[in-house]
Amino acid sequence: MQAVRIAGAGSTAFGVSPERTGRDLFGEAARIAIDDSGVPRADVDRLCYGNFVGTVTERQGHQGPLMATAAGVTAPATRYESACASGGVALKSAVEAVRSGAADVVLVGGMERMHNVTTERATEGLAMAADDLYESRAGVTFPGAYALMARAYFAEFGGTRAELAAVAVKNHRNALGNETAQFQREITPTDVLEAPTVADPLGLYDACPITDGASACVLVSEEYAAEHDLHAPVEITGAGQGTDSLALQQRESLTRTPATTRAATTAYDEADIAPGDVDLLEVHDCFTIAEVLALEGLGLYDPGAAIDAAAAGETTADGDLPVNLSGGLKAKGHPVGATGVSQVVELTKLLRGDHVNSDAVPDATVALAHNAGGTVASATVHVLEVCA
Amino acid sequence: MRAQREDGYDDLLDALADDDGYYYACPAGHGSLPPQQVCPTCGDDELTTEPLPETGTVVTFTEIAVPSPSFSGQTPVVVIADFGPVRLTGRFVDDSDRLEVGSAVAPTVASSPDGDRHVGVRLASER
Repeated sequence: MQAVRIAGAGSTAFGVSPERTGRDLFGEAARIAIDDSGVPRADVDRLCYGNFVGTVTERQGHQGPLMATAAGVTAPATRYESACASGGVALKSAVEAVRSGAADVVLVGGMERMHNVTTERATEGLAMAADDLYESRAGVTFPGAYALMARAYFAEFGGTRAELAAVAVKNHRNALGNETAQFQREITPTDVLEAPTVADPLGLYDACPITDGASACVLVSEEYAAEHDLHAPVEITGAGQGTDSLALQQRESLTRTPATTRAATTAYDEADIAPGDVDLLEVHDCFTIAEVLALEGLGLYDPGAAIDAAAAGETTADGDLPVNLSGGLKAKGHPVGATGVSQVVELTKLLRGDHVNSDAVPDATVALAHNAGGTVASATVHVLEVCA
Repeated sequence: MRAQREDGYDDLLDALADDDGYYYACPAGHGSLPPQQVCPTCGDDELTTEPLPETGTVVTFTEIAVPSPSFSGQTPVVVIADFGPVRLTGRFVDDSDRLEVGSAVAPTVASSPDGDRHVGVRLASER
């Protein structure tokens, strides 16, 4: 089995760019990643591309070939769709292609463009990640689904909106100086608590924004990296994916995310690490409660114990376990199909030492990326390690 | 309103409208809702139709201030309630001021402003 190295990584600026087409956004991210890698485009064996609502917002299906053209490659190209985990599943497929020897070089990335349609239309598109018959038709929105999980969590374990607010405050602070982040400004707990309600108990500042943007990485085999004398110090040593029932009503618990746990178990086993070995991580904080659920699902906290991790300073930049040093989905932004790859872009830079927040983790060698789809009916976990 | 009936789903809504709701049970006792060919938990294909308990208990709920286009101008309240072997997600059709985790509720059928039917939930005390 070939070891998988990250030879290049890059993202567009995340934010509001309705005037930019999806192909333009992905073309830029791919160009940055390929330039960063030093790999000739002709050597790309495969394109794995994540996108969720492009058929709704751009009325564009069959995006694999479109994005291959945008990136200037002629390799076989496939679009992966698993809602907000589209980027993560594209990445896992790319890792498997390199590991198996089917490909020496894979361009992996994702893109989402949503500001070219109304917020109502974008929200409707995102709600398609839920069960149509039993959730969407009853009025469940994406924030509504997480609000259901948040209230269930409070009822089972306790917890307060103020503790959730600390997650949002932390992640906004982390985004300061991250030049690709959507919100590079601090917010206060009062801002979060007094923001308009979206779906109680969650308010506007508990939620990630709607984001346009794209990300890409160039993965290569260890052998290819050595033969071409590439600077590729970060290896993907673990890749796991988990699935759960799409509808919340079919699940045994509304406060656990077993898809995350299954993905993490596989990734930890492959990397031969324990949760305690992780130095930093990017988790899927589409809502503040989602970061809490992720930390517990990953085995970093017991069920019910992560609610005050941010408020206690344990997951802040200067804490024992920095979480979402990029700003996370909350402040970096959430261009849905790109998010799973964008997390790895950020972690690669953090580990290489060329991220604005690298100084917060100078000795880090093990990082983890957690990407989730819907209400964590899909999850991927990737372990990144600095090679000796 | 959707012109096309959907097997299983619309059949259940018809039954709920008649206060005759049901769920599927496999020999191991796992519950599920139609349409379902096999038990989603264990894959057993011997599913029987069992009566849905008349009352359930609210596990969680939310009032959605930013609704989907189907509920434009409204603030729908959505409930997930335990009904023994199954849970139901439904739109709450009574006064939400009286709703809390642990409330006793009953299943019903509700409609969106455009006429689409879906699972509804009401206070059991209002039956």
